[in-house]
Amino acid sequence: MNETLKNTMLFGIIALLIIYVGFVQSWNSALLIVAMGLISSIMALGVNLQWGFAGLFNVGVMGFVALGGLAAVLIGMPPTEGAMRAGGWNVVGALLLGAGTVFAAIILAKTLAKGWLRNLAVIAMLVIGFFVFRGLLDPAVELVEEINPAQTGYLGGLGLPVLLAWPVGGLFAAAAAWIIGKTALGLRSDYLAIATLGIAEIIIAILKNEDWLTRGVKNVIGVPRPVPYEIDLQGSASFVERAASFGFTPVEASTLWVKVLYILLFAAVLIILMWLSQRALHSPWGRMLRAIRDNEVAAEAMGKDVTARHLQVFILGSAICGIAGAMMTTMDSQLTPGTYQPLRFTFLIWVMVIVGGSGNNLGAVLGGFLIWFLWVQVEPMGLWLMNLVTSGMAEGSALKAHLLESAAHMRLLTMGLVLILVLRFSPRGLIPEK
Amino acid sequence: MDLLNAIVAFLNYVFVPGVAYGSQLALGALGVTLVYGILRFSNFAHGDTMALGAMATVLVTWLFQSWGLSLGPLPTALLALPFGIGFAILLLLFTDRTVYKFYREKKAKPVILVIVSLGITFIYNGVTRFIIGADDQNFFDGQRFIISAREFKKATGLSEGLSFKTTQGITIITAIIVVALLFWFLNRTRAGKSMRAYSDNEDLALLSGINPERVVMITWMIVATLATIAGVLYGLDKSFKPFTYFQLLLPIFAAAIVGGLGNPIGAIAGGFVIAFSEVTITYAWKKILVYLMPDSLEPSGLVQLMSTDYKFAVSFVILLIVLLIKPTGLFKGQST
Repeated sequence: MNETLKNTMLFGIIALLIIYVGFVQSWNSALLIVAMGLISSIMALGVNLQWGFAGLFNVGVMGFVALGGLAAVLIGMPPTEGAMRAGGWNVVGALLLGAGTVFAAIILAKTLAKGWLRNLAVIAMLVIGFFVFRGLLDPAVELVEEINPAQTGYLGGLGLPVLLAWPVGGLFAAAAAWIIGKTALGLRSDYLAIATLGIAEIIIAILKNEDWLTRGVKNVIGVPRPVPYEIDLQGSASFVERAASFGFTPVEASTLWVKVLYILLFAAVLIILMWLSQRALHSPWGRMLRAIRDNEVAAEAMGKDVTARHLQVFILGSAICGIAGAMMTTMDSQLTPGTYQPLRFTFLIWVMVIVGGSGNNLGAVLGGFLIWFLWVQVEPMGLWLMNLVTSGMAEGSALKAHLLESAAHMRLLTMGLVLILVLRFSPRGLIPEK
Repeated sequence: MDLLNAIVAFLNYVFVPGVAYGSQLALGALGVTLVYGILRFSNFAHGDTMALGAMATVLVTWLFQSWGLSLGPLPTALLALPFGIGFAILLLLFTDRTVYKFYREKKAKPVILVIVSLGITFIYNGVTRFIIGADDQNFFDGQRFIISAREFKKATGLSEGLSFKTTQGITIITAIIVVALLFWFLNRTRAGKSMRAYSDNEDLALLSGINPERVVMITWMIVATLATIAGVLYGLDKSFKPFTYFQLLLPIFAAAIVGGLGNPIGAIAGGFVIAFSEVTITYAWKKILVYLMPDSLEPSGLVQLMSTDYKFAVSFVILLIVLLIKPTGLFKGQST
């Protein structure tokens, strides 16, 4: 069986599975799986760039995805009336000052001669800077959060077209990745893993607690959309007429049509990114990356700058995750910091890459769709399994209730098992690297 | 008088919690550092090993409580601890046999083992939630305080109370005993010496006839013991909740790296560095400053450097600073 045939078959199986969901459950859930599958594929593409091409272990995918979500809010939402006047400029000023302090400390550390004087100067700079920063930020934040806390209470966004947030989300993620990469790359490979684990937790903590920025756990809802609203479609006579001619009710047709539009947008992004990464993979740069991955010492001996290449690819991969995060928040049209879980946004993406085939972009896309499908369907399957297991038990027994309740935790177990089994028995994945 | 009050407040809110938390982190970091030294990978599953060991202890504790067994003023969990440790040892040995051994024999890159351990993390986490659920579980019993704030105030006449919880006392004493035993084992016994030899230089150790599988087995047993004790102590002191153990991973790793990965003394030092930084930076110092400053200079705010929501940011920033300045850690560890 040749390769193209095998790959077509694998994608065909997934298509069949999704069509099956369409017939058995509903076309809405089938299209939702496709849309989320596309987003997952893009995230997997980003992680594959880091892991498959360069062997970098990023455990902070969640953080980069969340930064993309933040971009969607900051670009797409309308600015809050009067927030900038109340304290917004001071907040911006404080943030600039904070960044300036760190920058100045770095300059100090670089220019002064080694010794206790330098250490003292750097520490003093940072400490004074921190207190000035807090002194400026805190009162301003209070003023901003006072503005109609039930509705807004945050700065709001720029009110620009939300599609602009997608590249901006990528930029945000790239900036965070630069900081992490600068510190942790060039050391042991595990250090990057731990550093990314940390930055992800901190980004989520910031999103949850900085109400002036993201309304925290109060969530930002109603992020503007790049596609028409269902309610407008249902009100448009020509749309209702066209829906009727296909035999759909207006409600059904509008929800499906919105999803189709999203899918087209996401597919366009995926195709562009896929094309770019394929070109990168087959360029001299891509070959150099793989040479570094396979034998760092030899590559270094050939005069390749290992750390610099790693930094590049780490930033690019994280940026792709950021773009996907912005896309996801756009589709959900809300930012809910409480829902970012490492399992869902870091670990799941890793399973996608490993199962699909690390080092192969097509594999990452396949893994994205397949694992997302499993993720959505494992819970009903687990519940069904538990129902089967417990069907013989007495009604109302404590064990039965416990088992049925625990079905929700099956996802963790299944995904962990899938990862371990694939790594052990088929480490190259479904579509192996050529 | 004011000075005494300030000292008591400092002890009560900063020092004692810091020592207790530091001991818990140190025990956790010791486990991570041992796996790193012997098996040469960062074990992401350590947090959830703690959770599973603690869970087994919680279940046995409940069983004992239902039997009416108790240790009087001490928590029953201490009685259940050996069973939890036994469970964790079996679990880790089983995991090693079925999962890690394969990669060890293949001489896989460390990063592959890290990914595998991430997979194990989620399996463990799933098992924990499957058995005991995702909610808070209380398994503490016995006397709550060794010194309660009210008694202390009455006895000394100070306006600040010093409370010393039983769990804090137990944490500190257990940590001291465990660390003493561990160092005695590593430095004085034949098995411990072979472990250190293996960690220093694998090839030389193999040449001198040390059986690697035995070393690995002993390591996992010690790691299971340390993880369970750390997990139970943390659970007693705060509360047992499966998800918090995954979050503890960051401060534990930070502690191990700050001290120098692979170095046991470093792990202990790192644990206390991280714990005290976290507590001092997230504590609202107003309460203490009120006693020390003259009334005119009294601080208006809480004098809290960072809100407690960002306590993980503290360990993270320390981690970054150490990686930037001294990647080998305070005590020389294996970093390259």
